[in-house]
Amino acid sequence: MAVIPVERKPLSLAERSYLPQIASGLKTTLKHFFRPNQTLQYPEERPTIPPGYRGVPTLVHDPAGREKCVSCQLCEFVCPPKAIRITPGQLPEGSGVEHVEKGPIAFDIDMLRCIYCGMCQEVCPEEAIFLQNQFSMSGYTRDEMVNHKDRLYELGGTLPDRFMKWDKKKAAAEQAPGHG
Amino acid sequence: MDFLLQLGPLTKVILKGIAVIAVMFPIAGACSMAERKVSAWIQDRPGPNRALPPWFAWVPVLGPILQRLGAFHLLADGLKFLFKEQQVPRHVNRFYFIAAPFVAMIPALTTVTVVPFGAYFDSAGHLIPLVLANVDVGLLAVFAVSSLGVYALILAGWASNSKYAFLGGVRASAQLISYELSLTLAVLPVFIWINAPGTAGTMSLARVVEFQSLPGFWGGTWFIFLMPVSALVFLISLFAETNRQPFDMPESESDLVGGYHTEYGAFKWSLFFVAEYSNMLVGSAVFTLLFLGGWNPLPWLSFATLSGWLGLGGHPLLAGLISLGIFLGKVLFLIFVFMWVRWTVPRFRYDQVMKIGWQRLLPLAIANLIVYAIAVAWIQR
Repeated sequence: MAVIPVERKPLSLAERSYLPQIASGLKTTLKHFFRPNQTLQYPEERPTIPPGYRGVPTLVHDPAGREKCVSCQLCEFVCPPKAIRITPGQLPEGSGVEHVEKGPIAFDIDMLRCIYCGMCQEVCPEEAIFLQNQFSMSGYTRDEMVNHKDRLYELGGTLPDRFMKWDKKKAAAEQAPGHG
Repeated sequence: MDFLLQLGPLTKVILKGIAVIAVMFPIAGACSMAERKVSAWIQDRPGPNRALPPWFAWVPVLGPILQRLGAFHLLADGLKFLFKEQQVPRHVNRFYFIAAPFVAMIPALTTVTVVPFGAYFDSAGHLIPLVLANVDVGLLAVFAVSSLGVYALILAGWASNSKYAFLGGVRASAQLISYELSLTLAVLPVFIWINAPGTAGTMSLARVVEFQSLPGFWGGTWFIFLMPVSALVFLISLFAETNRQPFDMPESESDLVGGYHTEYGAFKWSLFFVAEYSNMLVGSAVFTLLFLGGWNPLPWLSFATLSGWLGLGGHPLLAGLISLGIFLGKVLFLIFVFMWVRWTVPRFRYDQVMKIGWQRLLPLAIANLIVYAIAVAWIQR
């Protein structure tokens, strides 16, 4: 059972002459000759991006317009190629989000280092960094290839937030002071 | 037309030479474009379709069509080759390195002169072939001159002083010499057939076409039906002689980088390219004349009959153009077959090439020759 003997037939004269094989090959290529093109005319036509695509990492606002990043620097530490550099800072008094305490003063992602692994998105406790659909980055200098904070927010836009955890935290703290 | 005949012989020769260059270069260039397009379409791609000079972009319908066909890439390529830096590597033998592309061009353009490419009727109703030099040796001249083409490849490979180019040159010489034998033997039955004992012998290609335009069933048969084995052997040898896939051993870019022209660039490289396509054109033309009835529109329908129907007897220019069109159509179809095969069949291994040439095609060609010699002797007895 383990060994199945297969009879190997010697090649017939037609097979050895190779001409019928060439003829059938020519038939196949002729079929393709009249078939419509498979090519995506790239700059004019764009590919459809599948869900879950990992494009350029971006920062996002919540629906209230607050920047979600609290500069915990987890992404900076987890980033395998060390592409992320964050300068943390206090959120100013009177901005309405003082209870969040911290936000990034500067947030740079060096796209020449980024490997699009998505670990920053995975590790982020605030759901502030997302790898979104942009797949093509280009620039003339190394400096142009570093995405600064404003550019990151511009690319990221606003994403829905189901929890609004900082609002809930603020409300809880107001109702029961001392249990902060 | 009269003023042309009054010119001195030297002027006429120079004019004819310029005409050959002016016709062959663009056709060879167009073939290179066609090659890229055919390969693209066979691989389900659109192929080169971007280049568009601004003043052609304003032409409403024609402009976009030409753009999609990649016609301007042809001009762009040609200009690029012309204006690129003419690089000569330091390790080469300068004289032979520069001479090789020109040596490649000479046989490629010379063979065109003895190939008839059309016909017209003079006032007496005789069929006069359109040919630059209607010599009686015809095919012999084509073979004699075209076999010189291999020297260019050897010269290029040897002068390049590089192992890849050298190997390409060696392969080229071995391959071309091997297949020359089958090529020559394959056409002999045709000439045994048309040179009946007792008639004046000829090797003229125009004469072969005349034999394929005779009235009657056997007279009007194209030789491809009469001698299919000859045609097959000739076609396969033609592929080998013009270094086309699956026989492009001299170039075989996957194992030899670029083969004999590895060290070449810019215009010198493009001369090799044009020479290859000119060889293909002449080869296809010879195949058309020998086996596909030359300028006869259909088997058993001669050009004389067709022009009788259309009443072309009094219009030599029109008749010439129509016959030229029919002939060119066949030649271009054969060129398409060359490309079609190139993008279908993978390259043979070198030992397979030698085996096919010496152990298969040569015995087949010899057997074919003997069979037809006996058959013709028996029929014409």
